[in-house]
Amino acid sequence: MSALSTNAGGPKGLPALISGQILKLIGLAILDAFGLLLFYAFWFSGNTALALIIAVITIGMNVVIFVPRLYPLRWMSPGLALMILLVIYPLLFTVSTAFTNYSDGHLFSKEQAIALHSKATFTPEDAPTYRFTPYVNKADPTDYALWLTREGDAGTEVIFAKEGEPLVVLEGVEPEPPEEYEGYRPLERRELVAALSVLETAQFGEEPNTVTVVSAARGVAARSLQRYVWNAELNGLEDRQTGLFYAADDETGSFIANKGRAEQQELQPGYWVGVGFNNFRRFVESPALRGPLVQVFVWTVAFAFFSVMTTFVAGLIMALVLNSPDIPGRKVIRSLLIIPYAIPGVISILVWKGMMNPNLGVLARSFGINPPWFSDPLWAKIGILLINLWLGYPYMMLICSGALQAIPTDIYEASSVDGANPWQRFWNITLPLLLVTVGPLLIASFTYNFNNFVVVEAFNKGGPPIPGTLTPAGYTDILISYTYRLAFGSGRGADYGLASAITIIIFAIVAGVTLLQFRFTGQWEEVSENV
Amino acid sequence: MSSRTESRMVVGGREKLLELTLRWVVIVIAVAFALFPVVWIFSAAFNPTGNLANQTLIPQGVDSLDELLTNFRGLLVEDVDIHPFWNWLGNSIFVASITSVLTVLVAALSAYAFSRFRFAGRRNLLVLVLLIQVFPNMLAMVALFLILQQIGKLSEYIPQALPFLEGINWSFFSLFGLNSLGGLILVYMGGAMGINTWLMKGFFDSVPRDIDESAQVDGASHWQTFWMLIFPLVRPILAVVAILSFIGTINEFVLARVMLRDKTTWTLMVGLYNYVSDNFARDWGKFAAGALISATPIVILYIALQDQIVGGLTQGAVKG
Repeated sequence: MSALSTNAGGPKGLPALISGQILKLIGLAILDAFGLLLFYAFWFSGNTALALIIAVITIGMNVVIFVPRLYPLRWMSPGLALMILLVIYPLLFTVSTAFTNYSDGHLFSKEQAIALHSKATFTPEDAPTYRFTPYVNKADPTDYALWLTREGDAGTEVIFAKEGEPLVVLEGVEPEPPEEYEGYRPLERRELVAALSVLETAQFGEEPNTVTVVSAARGVAARSLQRYVWNAELNGLEDRQTGLFYAADDETGSFIANKGRAEQQELQPGYWVGVGFNNFRRFVESPALRGPLVQVFVWTVAFAFFSVMTTFVAGLIMALVLNSPDIPGRKVIRSLLIIPYAIPGVISILVWKGMMNPNLGVLARSFGINPPWFSDPLWAKIGILLINLWLGYPYMMLICSGALQAIPTDIYEASSVDGANPWQRFWNITLPLLLVTVGPLLIASFTYNFNNFVVVEAFNKGGPPIPGTLTPAGYTDILISYTYRLAFGSGRGADYGLASAITIIIFAIVAGVTLLQFRFTGQWEEVSENV
Repeated sequence: MSSRTESRMVVGGREKLLELTLRWVVIVIAVAFALFPVVWIFSAAFNPTGNLANQTLIPQGVDSLDELLTNFRGLLVEDVDIHPFWNWLGNSIFVASITSVLTVLVAALSAYAFSRFRFAGRRNLLVLVLLIQVFPNMLAMVALFLILQQIGKLSEYIPQALPFLEGINWSFFSLFGLNSLGGLILVYMGGAMGINTWLMKGFFDSVPRDIDESAQVDGASHWQTFWMLIFPLVRPILAVVAILSFIGTINEFVLARVMLRDKTTWTLMVGLYNYVSDNFARDWGKFAAGALISATPIVILYIALQDQIVGGLTQGAVKG
């Protein structure tokens, strides 16, 4: 106990207390500095929500440290900070994204999109032209610059143009290119050929005031102009090259120009806007979206249900078989039987995938079992359920044997006195009692399989694909893998808004089932008692 | 004894024999079903031909130990430029150890507070933590992806927002951005916080409060009580939680695949997945070798800890 009281009172206590206080303040100051830095950086870059979350966490930490009443929260602050940033914020983000058109082509805010387009340049026909001499940075052979000269009424205009930096008009210098300028030297003739492709595509100067090489062979460069100019009054971008006017459509987040009578042209990228319930409505209104979604949903429920059923039946049988003192080496057998559960899931699925390989796999070659596992919708579904049975029955076996042992034996004795046969005993005693304890875990297993992304993705990426769908979807796709394909699927572009809308639907279903589970087991009461 | 009871005993014995035979038949079938893929992957790993089509259960034409290890040599030595297996192994161990240790420590702090302090809003906070857990963080992968992306871009944002800080190298933030192990660790920790807090609150609740009260009478602070008294008491069970969290993290595939985009940052599961999906038939043997190396330690850990795992699985179910 003496070790515990070193800090308590005594002559040493006060300085220790003060230095502890100082240490705390220093730590807090560092934390605040970081919080402020991140807040400002996120705010400036347009990540308003992320900035606000950082602010909430930082302010929360300070309050918790300075208000003695909140002492318990100090203990939780690291955990709560992690949860706020990585659980609560993503949840809110998902919910709010579901009501936007956030997707490829609509990833920026309106301001960001306008700023991006304002950087685009073009070289008009009558643009001022310059003669140029290419320069290269002595320290960095990939950094080029141009020495530009132009004969004008008021003498020769001389400009030194670097990439990405504002054009510098040089006053009072000889137009003759010098041997060295600000660490740059003229390109030698033999270097020029290699540099041509870079020189002809590079923009010298800072957007939108740039100079581009028109003809490297003739040594001619021209002044470029800003191509798109924002017109706040008309709410659109003027294209100074083509004369089109791209009106900003705040309903869809696109810049649309009317070109000719019925022809429209869109300027990419657009920006994200709130679209209300559109993402949800799209499923109802568009048959090409609704078709696969209904199919995916039905299969998700069927997959989760059959997975639970098959694994439960197999696991229960094994638990019953092993639940006998007459079997020697039960522990060893059980250890062997849980191996499928212990092997990392991804690996198991891939091994099965190899064994099921058409014509080459062991099932086809040695056992003659060679159905179209990967190309036929029905066989793919059977295959995935078979793998999931292998993966999941040890879990069911474990929980069933636990529950079996908890059933008091005197009930069985009483029933055999009454003349019940084993079959009756199983249906009337074992199963009902078992379901009382295992039931909630079956529901949990249902929700787990409802989101069992790994088995679907690793087996066949949700395939075979459903033909004629607007969004990529396969016959074995479940909701979560369908969402993944919407968000990260290649080819047709990511649609985060739609993906988030489906995520919310999944969440609602999972939360509903979980609530059912709580009701079923009275876990809520248990929670309130424990609390 | 009369003859009637004798004959009944004989019938009983015959039934018993039948029952036992039936039990063993089921056991044999089940063990065969459970172990067949395992045996097959063993065989594939040591089969020198290394491809799917020519694999036989007993490797054929093997003359030396050297030949038996063809796939392992290919995986661990020859192919490391294309498939950096050692990187994957290292990444997995790194991510899983840090995640499990930090998760246990941070969650233990919260759990201790929930278990030992009484404060306003405690109940609501506990229920909130539990409720949030219903939302699996895998569902939020889009949001998590975008958060990490923005964290990674901080090294660009800070000099833009605050030009006077331009001189400092902020690329340190990309250690927690997209395609970084640090970012993945953060995501895992956030996702595991709720359930672990609940789990450990239960452990702390099982330690009698008299212990910390008497320590506090002796002048111990809360921190000292926690760190020197309670924590050592629950350390064995926390170790089990840490090991399970370690295994779970190694096995995790979905988030790792979304967050890690670069061959050298992949974890074992992402790497092995991509290894074999590149060319299933050709790299089968090397994949099997990698699978064997990755799965064996985990299976051993699992079997060694099976009683604790079963206890954890059935805790909620067999309580009443």
